[in-house]
Amino acid sequence: MVSFIGRRLCQALFVLLIISVVSFVIQDNLGDPVRQMVGQSVSLQERAALQQELGLNDPLLQQYGRFLMGALQGDLGMSYYYKQPTLDVIVSRLPATLELSFCALLLVIILATPLGVIAAIHPKSLLSRAVLFISTLGLSIPIFIVAVFLMYFFAIEWRVLPSFGRGETTSFLGLWQTGLFNKDGLRHLLLPSFSLAFVLTPIFIRLIRAEMQDVLQSDFIRYAWSKGISAPRIYFLHALKNTMLPVITVGGIQAGTLVAYTILTESIFQWPGMGLLFMEAVTRVDVPLISAYLMVVGVIFVVTNTLVDVVYSMVNPRVRIPGYSA
Amino acid sequence: MSLLKLENLSVTFGNFRAVDQISYSVNEGEVLGIVGESGSGKSVSSLSLMGLIDYPGKVSADELTFMDQDLLSMPEAQRRKITGSDIAMIFQDPMTSLNPCFTVGYQIIEALKTHQGGTKKELKKRAIELLTLVGIPAPETRLSAYPHQLSGGMSQRVMIAIAIACNPKLLIADEPTTALDVTIQAQIIDLLIDLQEQKQMGLVLITHDLALVAEVAHRVIVMYAGQIVESGPASEVFSAPQHPYTQALLASLPESAAGKARLEALPGVVPGQYDRPKGCLLSPRCPYATDHCRNVEPASQGPLERQVKCHTPLNAQGRPAA
Repeated sequence: MVSFIGRRLCQALFVLLIISVVSFVIQDNLGDPVRQMVGQSVSLQERAALQQELGLNDPLLQQYGRFLMGALQGDLGMSYYYKQPTLDVIVSRLPATLELSFCALLLVIILATPLGVIAAIHPKSLLSRAVLFISTLGLSIPIFIVAVFLMYFFAIEWRVLPSFGRGETTSFLGLWQTGLFNKDGLRHLLLPSFSLAFVLTPIFIRLIRAEMQDVLQSDFIRYAWSKGISAPRIYFLHALKNTMLPVITVGGIQAGTLVAYTILTESIFQWPGMGLLFMEAVTRVDVPLISAYLMVVGVIFVVTNTLVDVVYSMVNPRVRIPGYSA
Repeated sequence: MSLLKLENLSVTFGNFRAVDQISYSVNEGEVLGIVGESGSGKSVSSLSLMGLIDYPGKVSADELTFMDQDLLSMPEAQRRKITGSDIAMIFQDPMTSLNPCFTVGYQIIEALKTHQGGTKKELKKRAIELLTLVGIPAPETRLSAYPHQLSGGMSQRVMIAIAIACNPKLLIADEPTTALDVTIQAQIIDLLIDLQEQKQMGLVLITHDLALVAEVAHRVIVMYAGQIVESGPASEVFSAPQHPYTQALLASLPESAAGKARLEALPGVVPGQYDRPKGCLLSPRCPYATDHCRNVEPASQGPLERQVKCHTPLNAQGRPAA
């Protein structure tokens, strides 16, 4: 296990190195940060001085070297807009996004698993036809329309749920601003997480259904029937465990994408998370923040992929992480 | 006493009769061999005994009884109770029949728990006993092994252990050795026959292997295109086959071709859904077929314990009698 994590860390460093190069190469093409930082009235001299002060006149390689040295010490630069270390800005937005992603995924799992299984077991039943129809609908309607509709009905017409923001948050152990432990925070969570779940659930229903139908044809399921095991046990234990293998892989990627790029949903609901932050950073040409953000996203993907591999190996005994024996 | 009795059992998939009106019975402690080439309905008929024919397959029979209980009319729950306990089955490919996601111990204990119950400790003890019984070395450590860590022979032993876990009265073995090495085949068969004798189980042994059936089966059924073409005591059927198909099967054995340049083979394949002949199903391939054979389906004839479905059964010299 230790060597596994060690190798993953090396992999993460390599990924980050590449991302850092990419984010530096795009810097020049994102516009002039000085113009974004100062107003119209600032003189050319002052602009030049600021440019010099920010190190924007140095050769690109030197700027990159400086960034890399900083990054090694946990310093990903100062945000032009927030005038704070970029990492602090990003970390302060992390809880909101993580909680939203977690709730959305939880909803997806709760909805997609039974529906996908039922659609696989009784493909001709009315329920599975309805499930498939709705899932096609969910796949074809873009999330911003779903979100706007939900907002319109629940927040504006019926006034039962708040339309934007995170609501009240409480401090959890002093390091995490959470909305999960109070009613107002949970109410604010509902609409955005339902919007996300509405577009994600269909993918998983279809994935689970297709995999499950495949698994149900396999020899070991026929054998399980011949052992006289009860039907629910066969479907939800013997078949589902085998079905989940590809679902875990796709789910992991989706989880990473949710945390990193829930831009649309966060924008619509003004959810103060990372996606919204990234959106703002792009419009403000806050280059250090964008670079730092990409680096953090790299870490998120390496972490989620590592978690997926660990979970996968727990479900699938044929895959054992070297050095981690069970 | 007859353990399993079936009368005119058919399994149909739409218009296709995979199993066509077969009748036989298995007695306590008896080994019944079922032989026939691929597609002759051997496996489908045995799956139907276990209630494992899925939609759109349909099973019908004038009689299908196990220990005088009607399997077709009994409630599903009751049938599921018999399945896997009183009637157990082992399958052709042990490597894919065990669930790859669960340990061997889990899968054995699951069978025990489903049908018998007991405390965790008892179940584990019983599982170790079973693995010992089927000749698996170091059974305690094997319990926590996953199927992919076992060889084919070991997996088949595990499947046999699970099958006999609940002391079945009838064991159906569907080509239990086809997927195994030749050296392992003999061991597995010896194990099966040992267990069958010890526990006085009825054993239905489905196989391609005629030599094996000749050796271990008391009675034998020869199937062709979903029908039983010949049945009788194993020694008689193999020493003096009355049906041209049985004769051809025996002639195709390498042993029969000693000194010849080529193995004997029956030309053609088993008819499927769209090329079913009008008269006798074997008539397009039968060397003795007459116009009568091609137009009229023969009925089974002969005494109950020695039947043949042919217009012109072969005599002791292996020629058509009439």
